Amino acid sequence: MNILILLMPLAFGLGLTGLVAFFWCMRTGQFSDMDGPGWRILEDDDVGKEGG
Amino acid sequence: MAATQDLSIFVRHGEGGVAGMELAVDGIHCAGCMHKIERGLARQSGVLSARVNLALKRVTVEWTEGALRPEAVIAGLQSLGFKAYPFLPAEARDADAQEDKRLLRCLGVAGFASMNIMLLSVSVWSGNGGEISPVTRDFFHWLSALIALPTAAYAGRPFFESAIRALRAGGVNMDVPITLGIVLTLGMSVVETWNHAENAYFDGVAMLLFFLLIGRYLDQLMRRRTRDLAGNLAALKAETATRLGTDGATVVVPIAAIAPGDLVLVRPGERVSVDGIVEGGSSEIDQSLVTGETAPVAISAKGRVHAGTLNLSGTLTVRVEAAGSGTLLDEIDRLMAQAVESRSRYVKLSDRAARLYAPLVHATALATFLGWVAFGLAWQQALIIAITVLIITCPCALGLAIPAVQVVAASALFKHKVMLKQGDALERLAEIDTVVFDKTGTLTLPEPSLANRKAIDPAILEAAGTLAAASRHPLARPLALAAGEPRPPEGVQEHHGLGLSAIVDGTEMRLGSVAFCGAEREAWAVSAACPTASLIAWRRGERCAVFAVDQELRPDARASMQELRALGLDIVILSGDRESAVAPLACELGIAAFKAGQRPDEKLAELDRLASAGRKVLMVGDGLNDAPALAKAYVSISPISATHLAQASADIVFLGDELAPVAASIRIARKARALMVENLWFAVLYNAVAVPIAIAGFATPLVAAIAMSGSSIIVTLNALRASRPVAAPSEQAP
Repeated sequence: MNILILLMPLAFGLGLTGLVAFFWCMRTGQFSDMDGPGWRILEDDDVGKEGG
Repeated sequence: MAATQDLSIFVRHGEGGVAGMELAVDGIHCAGCMHKIERGLARQSGVLSARVNLALKRVTVEWTEGALRPEAVIAGLQSLGFKAYPFLPAEARDADAQEDKRLLRCLGVAGFASMNIMLLSVSVWSGNGGEISPVTRDFFHWLSALIALPTAAYAGRPFFESAIRALRAGGVNMDVPITLGIVLTLGMSVVETWNHAENAYFDGVAMLLFFLLIGRYLDQLMRRRTRDLAGNLAALKAETATRLGTDGATVVVPIAAIAPGDLVLVRPGERVSVDGIVEGGSSEIDQSLVTGETAPVAISAKGRVHAGTLNLSGTLTVRVEAAGSGTLLDEIDRLMAQAVESRSRYVKLSDRAARLYAPLVHATALATFLGWVAFGLAWQQALIIAITVLIITCPCALGLAIPAVQVVAASALFKHKVMLKQGDALERLAEIDTVVFDKTGTLTLPEPSLANRKAIDPAILEAAGTLAAASRHPLARPLALAAGEPRPPEGVQEHHGLGLSAIVDGTEMRLGSVAFCGAEREAWAVSAACPTASLIAWRRGERCAVFAVDQELRPDARASMQELRALGLDIVILSGDRESAVAPLACELGIAAFKAGQRPDEKLAELDRLASAGRKVLMVGDGLNDAPALAKAYVSISPISATHLAQASADIVFLGDELAPVAASIRIARKARALMVENLWFAVLYNAVAVPIAIAGFATPLVAAIAMSGSSIIVTLNALRASRPVAAPSEQAP
């Protein structure tokens, strides 16, 4: 069971990373618009540049 | 003539030489519009970034300081095909926004904690059933403690603060047993862990915090959605005034940029947007939005005008002034203060539940403790059982019961074009038995329209409409609209106080007062048919016609009255307009109880009389003179076209031209209240089952976890029933 000494901090570390990411998203205002970014991905204003 | 605009008050000046502005945009339907706006604006030179918020229909534009004028941004959006209205840089919105963020952070922490602690707890529970070495179990318990203690300290703050506030005020609210439960359970769990025991309740605490915070956040979410929508609508309705400079130049500025002492120009047909004293010009004004009186009042120099009145015939220059004492506005302020003070303190359902709940829970826990000690158990064991009782009865379901229903009901209301400003308005709306309507602007449409349209030959309407399109007079506007806004002819001459004339195809065409067009005979017939209408006449050579312009009833007024009666409500009309205008309308709608010529204090007195007769009144009004009554009534609704003060005093605001939202809100409110009560009973039922189990000492953390999550899920699912459409009584199957 000594492996737990490695696994537990690892698990919590990952969890904390998630929490920190959540806080960062809140700070950069990503929760104010839930619809727009989904559509913004579909914009293909970079296609022309590649083709040229 | 294009007046210059000055929108600099809306510009936010950031660091690094970046200026920015936020605008509400009308006409965003989909992602395609978003792309169009962002790309179109980015192409304008000087613009650094343009970002659309698709959910809120707003755009934030940033540009290098000095490179652009804000008017150019709006013009740019106009050329892309969108009408945009700027917002004032948000200061008032910040406090609420901060509270939202804090709650979301607490929710995030509680979520992280409960999931990670559950990870450990499930291991311990399954280990307890099989073989787990005490060392491992202690390790897991201490890890749980490590997560749970900081979490409770951080995420529990909203509850601790609320509980302390309530205790300081000498009362108890729902948060007191919650706080007590959390603190005692954490303490007990730490002690148990220290003593190498099998059970620790850290997961219970974390889960409790998580579910309760969800309930709080839902409550906040509902209020934020209403605020955002209201913010957009306020920007769309943004009022401007034409400021007259000392050099005689006119600049169109937003209301927020007008200061007392400025000189403002009000043209005929414009709404007066400031309070002040007339310095020059004479005219007639329509005061219906302020007093309800629809007959025009003459005004000239030294006369006082109020914001919201409509300037009818002549141009006025007004010196802006704050309202002095003895004016109508001052009296309304006084009445408002009185109304808000004396408004009965409605006790929300959740508070009523808390009043019963808290003492009962504490008494049960205490009784359990004493009971077990008397039974012969060691006091430490008895204490553990008592605290378990406390945590099991902790109101997970209770905390979600009401906010969940409110959020779902508010969404259902949005679909019916109704905006809920106060959460507990839903409960109050379900209890009413009387509806009081104002007449002007509430039962009637806010803008006047052509009343005798059917009696007019379409060719005449079109001809008259071309001349009407050249005038800004409020009587001519409905005529032009009814004729489809045709292009005015060339060479239109205005005769002040009389009307317009133009030479069309060789004959003179006149549009104006009855005397100007010599149409007394026709006018007599029309005014007999529409006694309350204002008349505007037209003549072209031998042919003449008279148009009646009146404030028409809202399209579904009659049907709405029937629906309200079918819901079992009494209807009363209280209007500031004269009796001869109110009586025919009341007759048409089949309403026997009406009072005309009511001043604001008389409306309040009537509401008092109804309240003391034990009636619960819903007040529906839009004018400045309705504001005190709207604040005083048990619950109040106003249309979106109402004055700012009326909208601010009302609990609910509805959009659109129809009265159907009023009946729809009442139906939804009744259903929502029924569901809230159901949810509360369910929470009681859950307690009735869980408490005996806890008292008997059989409640392990596993039992507590299942009970808490199960009850919360059921309560939430029940709340979703509020969004199912409620059939109108007329549509229900016999």
